Amino acid sequence: MSAVIASRYPAEYESIAPSLPGQNQPWLQQLRSEALQAFSATGFPSPREEEWRYTNVSGIEKKLFSVPASQVASDVSADLLKAYQLPDAWSVVLVNGRFSAELSALSGLPDGVSVLSLADALVGANVGAKNFSPLLETHLGRAVNNAEHGFVAFNTAWFSDGLFVHVPPKQVLAKPIQLLHIVTQADALAITRNIIIVDESAQASVVETFVGTDNAYLTAAVTEVFVGQNADLTLYKMQSESEKAYHFGGIYIKQERDARFTHHNFAFGGLLARSDIHADLDHASECVLNGLYLGVKRQHIDNHTRINHLKPYGISRETYKGVLDDKARGVFQGRVIVAEDAQKTDSQMNNRNLLLSVDAEVDTKPQLEIYADDVKCGHGVTVGQLDDKSVFYLQSRCIDEETARNMLTFAFANEMVDKISIKSLHDNVLEQVLARFPQQGVDKEWL
Amino acid sequence: MLSIKNLHVSVGDKPILKGINLEIKAGEIHAIMGPNGSGKSTLSHVLSGKSGYTVTEGSVTYQGKDLIEMAPDIRAREGVFLAFQYPVEIPGVSNVYLLKAALNAIRKHHGEPEVDAMDFLTLVKEKVRLLEMDEKFLYRAVNEGFSGGEKKRNEILQMAILEPKLCILDETDSGLDIDALKIVSEGVNSLRSPERSFVMVTHYQRLLDYIKPDFVHVLAHGQIVKSGGPELALELEEKGYSWLEEQVAA
Ligand SMILES: Nc1ncnc2c1ncn2[C@@H]1O[C@H](COP(=O)(O)OP(=O)(O)OP(=O)(O)O)[C@@H](O)[C@H]1O
Ligand SMILES: [Mg+2]
Repeated sequence: MSAVIASRYPAEYESIAPSLPGQNQPWLQQLRSEALQAFSATGFPSPREEEWRYTNVSGIEKKLFSVPASQVASDVSADLLKAYQLPDAWSVVLVNGRFSAELSALSGLPDGVSVLSLADALVGANVGAKNFSPLLETHLGRAVNNAEHGFVAFNTAWFSDGLFVHVPPKQVLAKPIQLLHIVTQADALAITRNIIIVDESAQASVVETFVGTDNAYLTAAVTEVFVGQNADLTLYKMQSESEKAYHFGGIYIKQERDARFTHHNFAFGGLLARSDIHADLDHASECVLNGLYLGVKRQHIDNHTRINHLKPYGISRETYKGVLDDKARGVFQGRVIVAEDAQKTDSQMNNRNLLLSVDAEVDTKPQLEIYADDVKCGHGVTVGQLDDKSVFYLQSRCIDEETARNMLTFAFANEMVDKISIKSLHDNVLEQVLARFPQQGVDKEWL
Repeated sequence: MLSIKNLHVSVGDKPILKGINLEIKAGEIHAIMGPNGSGKSTLSHVLSGKSGYTVTEGSVTYQGKDLIEMAPDIRAREGVFLAFQYPVEIPGVSNVYLLKAALNAIRKHHGEPEVDAMDFLTLVKEKVRLLEMDEKFLYRAVNEGFSGGEKKRNEILQMAILEPKLCILDETDSGLDIDALKIVSEGVNSLRSPERSFVMVTHYQRLLDYIKPDFVHVLAHGQIVKSGGPELALELEEKGYSWLEEQVAA
């Protein structure tokens, strides 16, 4: 019997391994080698796996993307930066998977707050007297492990850089932190790992922005998030990858007692894009997951959420909305698990979809797994079209049919955009949504 | 302004309007009354271009043009306005947003530049005062969570701002309390002009006390069975419709 090769990528690993950060960290070398082994055995997830049944990523194996030799900051156009870099944020810019100090904006961080590239944190260079190793060793790979699926193992073995954030206890950040992830090279592998640690009673917002020039490439990002006791973190994800790109983004959150975590997931780009958002809740933790996915042409956008209520009194609220046009396909899989111990859990999940064409498709699968008996859990799902009565009403008010449809679709989507509390990000997302659903003769300020 | 000739309309296979004839000149006010289900809303919808109705016979000419051929939004830009019997709620689209889009669509249609932001707000606020509404309504989603009466008032607010030429009011008075009826009627009266015509569908003489029609028509079983002056409405109030319906049946 000949051995089946699960993936073509491990054969390339040896040649790129020396360029990956953390060579001097035995614990990481160990983690990477285990990850390589795990990935070599499984490859990327297959539709045979229950949680991947609607999403086929085999195209990644056909293409064989490769790690870019070096990042070139000059490849990044001023327009692209202007469009996506938030002016009022500390930002870490990664170009083709590696940190660009030149493009990043990190001055004026409060004492004790660390925002830097993961590679720098691993090396310990340029960061004063600080040694991040102990913190990294106890966090990297602790919110998710290689057994999760092939993308996580792949990411652990291959990651070339990422964002590292540490907010000390009680620190309230005045400005958001942005991770701007840019891919400019065709056929690139951009594999990044992000670690966000928000200590007890601290408060922060972090924005992950994924963009790329008009090329095929693969982004595979894993973000591990640790929200300490009574801390508050709002995390945004703006996924506007190239329409030829593959995107995997996994966000794995560990919430301690009374911790609050809010996620806003805007999935607009990519040829095939998958997000995993998995949160583990402790006693009385609160978790809010919001999402908006907009698919056109042949885009495939999959969002997979898992809310794990492990202890009593947890609260979770989930609202995902999707608009699918042309031959686009959306997938929403929302799992809520309430452990036996998690009495008094209060959980609501909602997924609403608008199909704008007969060829558009959505698979929605909410799953409640409840092992406790005294809980309040609910979920709702809708899939529908625009209401003809509303379209006619707008037409009778002089609005042409196309604009009327765009207005109604925009209004549906805008409920999620409205929830963004960072002004510059709000305006940026609003522009993108308006570009999809153009309307004439109106003032944005009244949206 | 509007000439309806032998208009027959069906929904599916079901004939609803069966030969309507109506001439409306500029500046006139026509009231249309008639029992439930007689076809009043159907006529209003057909005039404003709602889909789902088939014109099987006859014609409608508006300002010399074939109205039936026009898309609903073009009719609206040409000055046809329907105040709905049941206004639709549009979550997520604010009143002020819709009003501006509508006003600019009309201007564009006539080759005029977009309305100036300040002028627009001045105009809108003036009309809000005219209808004694709270300015907060402007920034709320169109009709969402409005009471029945508020929705009707909002329809007239839109009409006052868009300044149409042919105003069709489908039971705008139903569901209004007496104070609101007075305010709405004053709003409508303030829009009366030699260039503007009104078609008012109503069940109640009460409205016609405030807005005096030039003509009253009775629609029954899809036909106009009687036309007259304002005194006809009083007669109907007294006698009901049955004596007229019997005439059709006979
Ligand atoms: N879409 C439709 N499908 C089937 N029948 C319809 C449809 N629309 C209207 N009708 C029928 O056409 C007839 C006229 O309805 P219409 O709403 O025009 O009456 P109306 O005079 O406005 O009544 P009301 O005074 O109750 O408002 C009714 O019998 C109604 O049931
Ligand atoms: Mg009616």
